[in-house]
Amino acid sequence: MTPLKGANGPSISIDGEARYESVQVFAPLNLTLMAEAWTCLLGPSGVGKTTLLRALAGLDSEVTFTGSIQASDGLPLTGRVAYMAQSDLLMPWASVAQNLSLGPKLRGERVDQERVSRLLDAVGLREHATKRPDALSGGQRQRAALARTLMEDQPVILLDEPFSALDARTRADMQDLAFELLRGRTVLLVTHDPGEAARLGDKIVIMSKDGLTEVAPPASPAPRGVDDPETLTAQGQLMAKLRDNPRNAA
Amino acid sequence: MRGLGGIIAALAALAIWQGIVTLTDVPRFILPSPALVAQTWWDNRALIAEHSLVTLTEILLGLLFGVGFGVLTALTLAMSQSARVVMQPILVFTQALPVFALAPILTLWLGFGLGSKIVMAVLIIYFPVTSAFFDGLMRTPKGFLDLAQTMQARPLAVLWRIRVPAALPSLASGLRLAAVYAPIGAVIGEWVGASRGLGYLMLLANGRAKTDLMFAALLTLGIVSVLLFMIVKRATQRWSDQGALLR
Repeated sequence: MTPLKGANGPSISIDGEARYESVQVFAPLNLTLMAEAWTCLLGPSGVGKTTLLRALAGLDSEVTFTGSIQASDGLPLTGRVAYMAQSDLLMPWASVAQNLSLGPKLRGERVDQERVSRLLDAVGLREHATKRPDALSGGQRQRAALARTLMEDQPVILLDEPFSALDARTRADMQDLAFELLRGRTVLLVTHDPGEAARLGDKIVIMSKDGLTEVAPPASPAPRGVDDPETLTAQGQLMAKLRDNPRNAA
Repeated sequence: MRGLGGIIAALAALAIWQGIVTLTDVPRFILPSPALVAQTWWDNRALIAEHSLVTLTEILLGLLFGVGFGVLTALTLAMSQSARVVMQPILVFTQALPVFALAPILTLWLGFGLGSKIVMAVLIIYFPVTSAFFDGLMRTPKGFLDLAQTMQARPLAVLWRIRVPAALPSLASGLRLAAVYAPIGAVIGEWVGASRGLGYLMLLANGRAKTDLMFAALLTLGIVSVLLFMIVKRATQRWSDQGALLR
């Protein structure tokens, strides 16, 4: 095993509701993230997917989440999650390599330069290590963000639509790369793309105003081929389910 | 291209100036011709240089302390909620006072030397620098702060490694304002009470109807200010460019 592989991700159980002042963002719900697997949370904008993810990440929010979040190993999640957003959040004034070492530097820890180089290799950015993010393409930037996420070496990974701004081909490449590199960790992927959920989900959950609906993923193991018939069927069914919901259709 | 535009504008202004003098035949103690001013400037170059050096020293020291205090204040305000509550009203109040009105009292307290002029320059540039940098520090992209929070970052490390670099474009605009304001502060200080400096030289020349010398000193001050602004703009250009990447 290469040392890049992470600690074993626990399963995580979320139970609770979210409110913005007196308005309910989502009703009481229960979601379990499978240990060491990808849970894809699919749904239209505005149903509270990101709110749920932020609650897991322990991020400040105007929306208040009340309820419980429990990991199967009984330890708190604080300090054990790594977060990747749609925007790459690379510091524009720092080189790619410096961006990878952001976490240790922010905690006042020593930077493991060897790990930085290994991760740069893993995401294919070695020759771009000294470049600033604005010299990179969108796909390269997202690869740098993925490497920075892995640098944190956390058992739980929270992905908030990290591939949605990429072109179709780069997106598929990133999905494969991320799935490969994040093996062994517990991943929550928030997405509005049925195709992405069908390719990557070990567990697929649709979130709507009415709550959560679990949908059985295709039988073959993720990541599934972009042209795999079963995956394409699942993608179509997910899309139909998303559209079916009368409240979403409005 | 822009340099060429500046030269054309300057030549046009000189031509209009010379035209007015030639057409109206105005006495030289009211409006000397550009040629006469140039002649006077050259004849008095040693005198002007000596006084310029004094004013330049005041400006640079004023900039140094004004920017230093401004940056420290902005950092304090950004880090501490209670500092914001206490200091922000004070800052606004001091800005509501016409700083120029303080010049005589500064001269009374600090004398005719460099001190009162430096303090005057500091007072003028302190607020723009503080306010520009503080604004920048409070407008860190939220995603960066979220990321830092999930990384269990220390607050001081977030300030130093994320908020300050992200605020450098704002600090750059504050510094440019400071470069423009500092010479004004120094000269006002000199007008109220001084025995050296370009402001003093202007008053002296004016009082003796040596309008050509007054203009020579004024133009020198203008050139010093423009050069200072250009140097600061050049030095902070990288920070400003970086601002575009943050949007």
